[in-house]
Amino acid sequence: METRLAAASAFRPLIQTAIRSEPTANAAEGNIKPKLEIRNLNFYYGGFQALKNITMDIPERRVTAFIGPSGCGKSTLLRTFNRMYSLYPEQRAEGEILMDGDNLVTTRQDVSLIRAKIGMVFQKPTPFPMSIYENIAFGVRLFETMSKREMDERVEWVLTRAALWDEVKDKLGQSGQSLSGGQQQRLCIARCIAIRPEVLLLDEPCSALDPISTAKVEELIAELKSDYTVVIVTHNMQQAARVSDYTAYMYLGEMIEFGRTDELFIKPTKMQTEDYITGRFG
Amino acid sequence: MTPATDAMGAIGPANRLYRARKRINFILLAVSGVALAFGLFWLVWILATLLEEGGNALARATLYYQMTPPPGADGGLANAIAGSLIMVTVATVLGTPVGILAGTYLAEYGRRGWLAGATRFLNDVLLSAPSIVIGLFVYSVYVARVKHFSAWAGAFALALIVIPVIVRTSDDMLKLVPDTLREATMALGCPTWKMILFVTYRAARTGILTGILLAVARISGETAPLLFTALNNQFWSANMNAPMSNLPVVIFQFAMSPYEDWHRLAWGGAALITIAVLVLNILARALFRKTD
Repeated sequence: METRLAAASAFRPLIQTAIRSEPTANAAEGNIKPKLEIRNLNFYYGGFQALKNITMDIPERRVTAFIGPSGCGKSTLLRTFNRMYSLYPEQRAEGEILMDGDNLVTTRQDVSLIRAKIGMVFQKPTPFPMSIYENIAFGVRLFETMSKREMDERVEWVLTRAALWDEVKDKLGQSGQSLSGGQQQRLCIARCIAIRPEVLLLDEPCSALDPISTAKVEELIAELKSDYTVVIVTHNMQQAARVSDYTAYMYLGEMIEFGRTDELFIKPTKMQTEDYITGRFG
Repeated sequence: MTPATDAMGAIGPANRLYRARKRINFILLAVSGVALAFGLFWLVWILATLLEEGGNALARATLYYQMTPPPGADGGLANAIAGSLIMVTVATVLGTPVGILAGTYLAEYGRRGWLAGATRFLNDVLLSAPSIVIGLFVYSVYVARVKHFSAWAGAFALALIVIPVIVRTSDDMLKLVPDTLREATMALGCPTWKMILFVTYRAARTGILTGILLAVARISGETAPLLFTALNNQFWSANMNAPMSNLPVVIFQFAMSPYEDWHRLAWGGAALITIAVLVLNILARALFRKTD
């Protein structure tokens, strides 16, 4: 009981800011639709089982965070949502990931279409070897044909959305790789939003960034959840507390606890979760 | 003071391990320096001889517009220079697409399974095959059948040398492109072929271009494969179905002759090829450095 109180007090300031910035989370609780419904999901790297019987609902237009120690399967879980694992024949998933009633694991839909609907941003910024403008336009052209003027508008809209427009508007022709790490990562998020996905997967998007860039990306995430369902993997528990509405704690491929972020951080129901968030383990 | 530091002496310039390390460092550095000087000595000597003997020939304008002469007459290497340019160009045009596409298969599609491994191994064998074997091969499958030497045969033989070089460099350069970039592209819903065309080729383009330049440099001086295929031609010829003059074979024939003026032309040709290859190599390095 004492440790539980200690955990609560350690995180209270963080949680309180989180709650203050998100007063509607409670009220909206009742009518949140799940965007992705995960049922009995198992995942294997060859003979190694990395995910064990995961069942959870990813709520629509909310930020869901996956936390847990390295190797617990949080990135693996994220990579099942957009079928990233299909690039590697030795990796396979079993179970259900339902989006709009379609099981993404077994669907006959082309994976390209799934990936266009479920965008992903990676740990290391990955600007393409082309100009800033082309970095955005490349993805858009995969699914839409439009005039130069419309493309210009789309690029401006999305860069504004990603809080990058003011910094790059005078050098859109420059290489995307010439930007700083934080700008590159916002460019990657912009590139992802430009094709207007429904879900945004962020795989430790700030781990290679300095604190100021991290703050900018976090602001961006808070901004984006009005339109997108966001799922973020993070090593940083403060970050999970700051940006997410829901948090899942994973350990050794299992979903240990999943619930509202404020509840999970203040009153975790499982001992394991509490040990992890209070820093006594992991 | 602990017993360990006692035995070795205190940590400082007098420390025994430290001094031994310094001594070994000095000896190895000296040996490396001598090896470097030895290698450079011969290279500089070769270049100096080439320029000394061929410099005069290079400086004469007739070298570039007159045909190869009979002994005792005045002449140049115009037909040989043109022939070399034509065959090297045709070989590069034939070999480059094949090489890049095969390299693309190896790096992008053939990551698993035995086919890529076997192909890579055979390509390495081809890469190190003596060029005379390539010449004899083209002679037996083409020249001997059509019963005449030709520029086409020469270009084919050179293309067979170009292909493994470009396969290898394209494969290596594409493998240097990080997989995270591939994943990021695929994550946008991009099909594999578009990813290769617009992202990985672009990321690896200077490396691939460098490989092409190095392949061109490699075939510019090949003599053996041309000896059995294009042979030589005393006159100007742009006919791909006839024997065609070329610098390496002209150098070979003129250098083996007893005539003093042929010797001078051979030196001039040798200097010309060396300078061209040098320029290509420098160009390749400059290009590669620009992206690094």
